[in-house]
This record gives sequence, structure tokens and C-alpha cells, in this order.
Amino acid sequence: MPGSNRSAAGSGPRRAEAPPPSVALTRFARPRPRGLTRRGSQRLWLVIFLAPATALFALFTTYPIVSALVYSLYRWEGIGRRELVGLENFVRLFTTFPYSQLLLNAFWHNVVVFVVTMLAQNVVALGLALLLARGPWGAKVYRVIFFLPVTLSLIIVGFLWALFLNPVFGIVNQLLATLGLAALARPWLGDTHTALVTLTLVNAWRWLGFPTIVFLAGINAVPDEYLEAARLDGATEWQVTRHVVFPLLASAVTIIVLLTFIGSFNWFELPYIVQGVSGGPNRSTDVLGLFFYRMAFGEVDTGLQDIGVGSAIAVLMFILLVTVSVFAAGWLRRREVELA
Amino acid sequence: MSRRVLVGLVVCLCVATLDPGAVTAQPPVKLTFWSWRVEDKWAYDKMIQVFEQRNPGIQVEFVPFKQTEYNTILSSALTGGKGPDIIHLRAYGGLETFSAAGFVAPLDFDTVPELKTFSRQMLDGARGRKDGKLYGVPFASQTIVVYYNKKIFSQAGVSIPKSWDEFLAVCKTLKDKGVVPIANGAKEGWTLELMAGAVAPNFYGGTVFYDAVTSGHTSFKDPTYTNALARMLELRPYMHLNFMGVDYATMQQLFLNEQAAMFMGGSWEIGFFKAQNKALDFDVFATPPLRGGQVPWVSSFNDGNYGINARTPSLDAALKFIRFTATREFGQMFTDMLAQTSAVPGVVITDPILKHVQEMNRKATPYMMLVGFRWQAPTGSTLLQSALQGMMAGQKTPEQVGDEVTRGLSAWFEPFRGR
Repeated sequence: MPGSNRSAAGSGPRRAEAPPPSVALTRFARPRPRGLTRRGSQRLWLVIFLAPATALFALFTTYPIVSALVYSLYRWEGIGRRELVGLENFVRLFTTFPYSQLLLNAFWHNVVVFVVTMLAQNVVALGLALLLARGPWGAKVYRVIFFLPVTLSLIIVGFLWALFLNPVFGIVNQLLATLGLAALARPWLGDTHTALVTLTLVNAWRWLGFPTIVFLAGINAVPDEYLEAARLDGATEWQVTRHVVFPLLASAVTIIVLLTFIGSFNWFELPYIVQGVSGGPNRSTDVLGLFFYRMAFGEVDTGLQDIGVGSAIAVLMFILLVTVSVFAAGWLRRREVELA
Repeated sequence: MSRRVLVGLVVCLCVATLDPGAVTAQPPVKLTFWSWRVEDKWAYDKMIQVFEQRNPGIQVEFVPFKQTEYNTILSSALTGGKGPDIIHLRAYGGLETFSAAGFVAPLDFDTVPELKTFSRQMLDGARGRKDGKLYGVPFASQTIVVYYNKKIFSQAGVSIPKSWDEFLAVCKTLKDKGVVPIANGAKEGWTLELMAGAVAPNFYGGTVFYDAVTSGHTSFKDPTYTNALARMLELRPYMHLNFMGVDYATMQQLFLNEQAAMFMGGSWEIGFFKAQNKALDFDVFATPPLRGGQVPWVSSFNDGNYGINARTPSLDAALKFIRFTATREFGQMFTDMLAQTSAVPGVVITDPILKHVQEMNRKATPYMMLVGFRWQAPTGSTLLQSALQGMMAGQKTPEQVGDEVTRGLSAWFEPFRGR
């Protein structure tokens, strides 16, 4: 999924295999310092183990979020912070041309990216996982092939596809010409109608293996007895998939949908690498991440920054992601219970 | 005895401190010089060597960063109270970002007397817009020209066009011969702004319109301007079939590999083209005006400046280096090694192509958006670049481009409010 490499391992059916936390902690807590009770010692170990992660999280996540919020409330001159202006940057973002238009435009593109990714990446991944779960000949090899692009650096993926899609030297148009489909050849990344979808499909190509593996793990975790019972009752293959496998895949779907949503609305790397910071042509590939970057750090050639408005965009993105993720997670989890 | 020893020691100590050798043994002052010109490091190292020979006791280290990351790295360092002693700065609004925030030390004719000889147009690119102070020594002037492949031109039997109609006729002949007439593309908006900088000034009337629009007497909705932009549409049939997807690197490759006959771009390409294809026989001309017999306008601008970090602990040494960059000796080395027009007056240009650029500059007009409208966000360049992509893609009319740019600029450019 776009911009996300978070692993879902451990959140699915495997969770049950982990030892209960108290047992694990007791095992670690054996070298208890003298004078400490068992409980006190446990707490000490908890603090020791949690401190590094908490410190890193505070430094690299909490601090930037808080500082973005603070920055968004000030007026900026270049990179110099001036007086407190309250919500003025937000008002400018929503009411001043071209910001208001760019904000809507970028937000709409994020929505498109989410929808296209859900269809072209996750639906296809589910199909592939169902096929691979049947254990066809060479299933292991296919699994590796599908997952291979995920392991590639995004920079490589970006440059590679920019070359493939180059309208002058690229192989995509040449291939189309060879197949007698020269009429379909176009500047895929330069045409305002095709650029965003092309870019999203490249991204889906890169990430396809990840949801495939997650769904495959989910399918493999379905107990054979359930499937056999359904088949004995005379269910067709489709009915088994639809009424037994799909409901039990709900937790995997929750994870994938949430990660796709977060990835789609945080999307930055691939458009930045392939299209540059301006989200061209004519803002047809502009997304919130790029819009934020341009405002906060300036366009490459103008270098003029508006950190106030940039921070306001970052704050809005954060609020949007947190709110929707929390509600969506709640809803999807409730559905998991209903389906199970 | 012990008293004698003590006196002797004191004498030795005094002599030692009086020894002039002790003065020269002071550690040298080390200056760091940050830049975005990774590809020019070899030349800067050589120029710095000359400076260090003239100024023993000062060492300068040239540290270049990737162009696309330079601004971010520099901003972060300066806001953190760090950064280099010498800063390679952009001009106009790109300079203002740092100077207005107080990160660049102001200069004047007393501290850098060499600046007195620089042209006004060059110095304007080193000035803060708000306070009018000078913040750097300009290093180069750039001009937007049309590069052409001499071999392809002679094979097609065409010569440098003198009027717009002739220009279109040349394009048509080249296209009929199976050559892409113009290498330019539209995937990267800034290359379209360059194209506008090459084509439009002759149709909007160069500096007369520039003065009128920058003083707020007219706006970009003026038909004078939108009609000039419309001329770019006449060139669409003579660009690559899929020009909307042609990026800067592909444009360069098309011209370097002799697949395209012309390339509208900045004078900074001369050195690059020569280095990439030594066999390429090319020269430059200015985009022809509507009617022959007129001297064409060319867009030009101050490419950037060398400035001093306001918080440098070695201000004197930094000032010495900055003064060195304003000398003719530095300018000459700069031009000879990098094949660019140094901003230092009196530099002798030997490169024949660069000489042509210098001749064209006799009728130069400021490169519109960079010089006039890159002072605050949204900049004129940002607005124009994406609007031009829309125009070249056939989604916007030149009038809509003019309207969009004027409306966007009215966010900070008072005279455009309500227009």
C-alpha cells in the first residue's frame, strides 16, 4: 500500500501463539535487584524496556506533531518565525486562491488514489491469494515473484517506471507499437488524464505482494474442518469462499483497508520521485503530501517557503488520518465480530 | 643558582612569545562554503586554491549538496543556529527567504567596494526587497536562448530565422524532414516557463511591459501578455508528438543525440552540452520577433549570489573571501572553467557561443516571474508553470492562464487586488 511498510504480522490469527504477557515478563524479571518486591521489579523492567521506544516515539513522532501544531499558529517570513496569528494560516488555506483550490484538488486526488488502490491492488491481491491458497503448481515461486517488488527500493521503482513510461525512449509505448496498438501510446505520466491513475497503478504493482501475503496467511489460517464441514453440506467452492473464508478474513481486511487508507492519504514518495514536487502536469498528480512539502519547503526552483500554511496542512492531514482511522477501525472491528 | 635558572626561564619565555614564528603558527581560519553546484566542485576547488595562496591563514572547504535538497538542508541548519560561513544563495525571492529572516549578513559598497562596478540589473538580484540592502555578490547572469544543431540546419537547408513566420517555416521544414524541430517538453513546468521566457518577451514588448506589470499599471490579464503566451501554442505541432510527457532530461537527450534540432533553454546548458557530446556542432540564437529587422529581446537574470552567514564567527575571513569572488580574476576563472557568463564586469569571454549570448544581452529584459514575482508564495513562477501545462495540454486558454496568475499573485501583490 502507498507509502507504508508496516507489517501486519502478529496482529492476525498468529496473535494467539504469543505467550501471555505476564508470563513473559516474569521470565525476564528473574534477576531481581535486592530490596525490590516482585511487582516493583516487574515495573522496573517495564520501564527499562519501554523507555527506548517511548523516547524515540516522543522525539520523532510526538515532538514533530506538536511543533507542527505550534508552527501553524504563527506567521512566518521565509524561515523566520514571527508573531502568533491564531488560526489565520488555516483561514488562508481554506479561503485564499490558489490554496483553497489546491487543497481540494490534492484531497480529491488522495481519494482517487485510495479507491484505485483498493480496486487495483487489494481486490487483485485477494484474488491472487485465493488462487495461491489452492496450491497450484509453482505456488511458492509465484509467491516470491509477487512479493519481489515490495522488497525493491521505492527510488528504484520510481526511476524504473519513469523510464518504462518515457514517451520517447520508454518500452511501454514501444511495446504497444509492436503489438499494433500504437494508437494507445501516449505520454502516460505527462497526460493530465492518465498521470494519476498510472502512478497509482505503479504503486499498486509495487505493493501487490504485501496484501497478497497477508490474505494468504489469513486463508491458510482457516481451519480445514470448517471447509470440510461446508463441503459435506454440499456448498460449492464459491459458497465456501463467500460464506466461510471471507468472514474469517475480516481481520486481515481491516488491517489492509486501514493501511491502504493511511498510505493513500500520506502518499508522497512515488509522486515526488516520478513527477517532482509540483505534482504536475497542471497539478494532476498533486496529493496532500506534495502540497504540504511545497508549502513547507518550497518548490525546487523558487525555494520560497510558507511554513505557516505548510504546518496547517500537516495538522489537517493528521486530524483527518487519526479521525477516519479510529472510526473506520471501530466499524471494521464491529463487522469482524458480526461476521464471525 | 636557582634564581639564575628562573631568570633564564623567564627570558626564554619572553623571547619565545616575541618570536614572529609563533604568530604564523596560529591555526588557520577554516571557512565552510555550502552550495548546490555538485557538478562544479572541481572548478570551485581550483578557484579556492588560488584564494588560499593569496590569503595564507584562511582555508575554505567547498561542500555541495544535491540541488533538490539544498534549500531544506540550508534552512534547517540556519534555523538551528548553524550552517556554513559562506552561503551559495539564489537570487531575488530565493535570497529573500534567508535575508528577511536575518540569516545573511548585509553587505555594502564600503565592505565590498568591488560591487560598485557591477551592473544594476545584477545587483537587484542580490537585494532584499523589503530593506533594499545588498546581501551577496552576484556570480552569474543567465540568458534564455534557442540552441540549434548546425549540422541538422544545414542538412535541412535552413538558416537562423529572422522573423516569427520564418521561425515557423523553419520548424515545418525540419518536421517534414523527419526531425523533431523543438526538443522542449511540458512534463516539468519550469521548462515551460523557460519556453515562455524565450518566446513571449518579443510579443509583449520586453521591458516596457515588465515595468508596467511590476509597477501594477497592468496585470497578466492584459491581452498584450496573453496574446504573447498564445504564440507558444503555435509551436505545439513542432514539438515531440508526446511532448506533454517529455521531461527535462529527455529534452536534453533529444538535443544531445541530434534527434531534435532546437532546444529552448538557459545559457547554463552550454558547458553541459559540450561536455556530454563533444561532436555536437551547435550555436544559439534569440527567438525571432514578429517582424524581421527588429533586434529581439532576450530574457536574462542574476543566477544567484555568494553571501555570508550573519552568525559566522569568522566574519573578517569570510569578507575577504566574498571580496575575492567579486574580483575580475575570480570572474575570469569562473567563466573559463564553467562556460557561464560571470556577473563580474570586464571578464573576457573566449567561448564563441557564450560570446553570442553576451551580444544578445545588449537587449535583455528581466526574466519575468523570477525577477518580478518570486518574492512571496504563491510565486508567479509556481502559478505560471502549472497554468502553462494546462494551456499546452489544451485545457486552458491563454486568457485563463493570465487570469489564474493574476488572481494567485493578488494574495500578496497589492496592485493586482480586485483586478
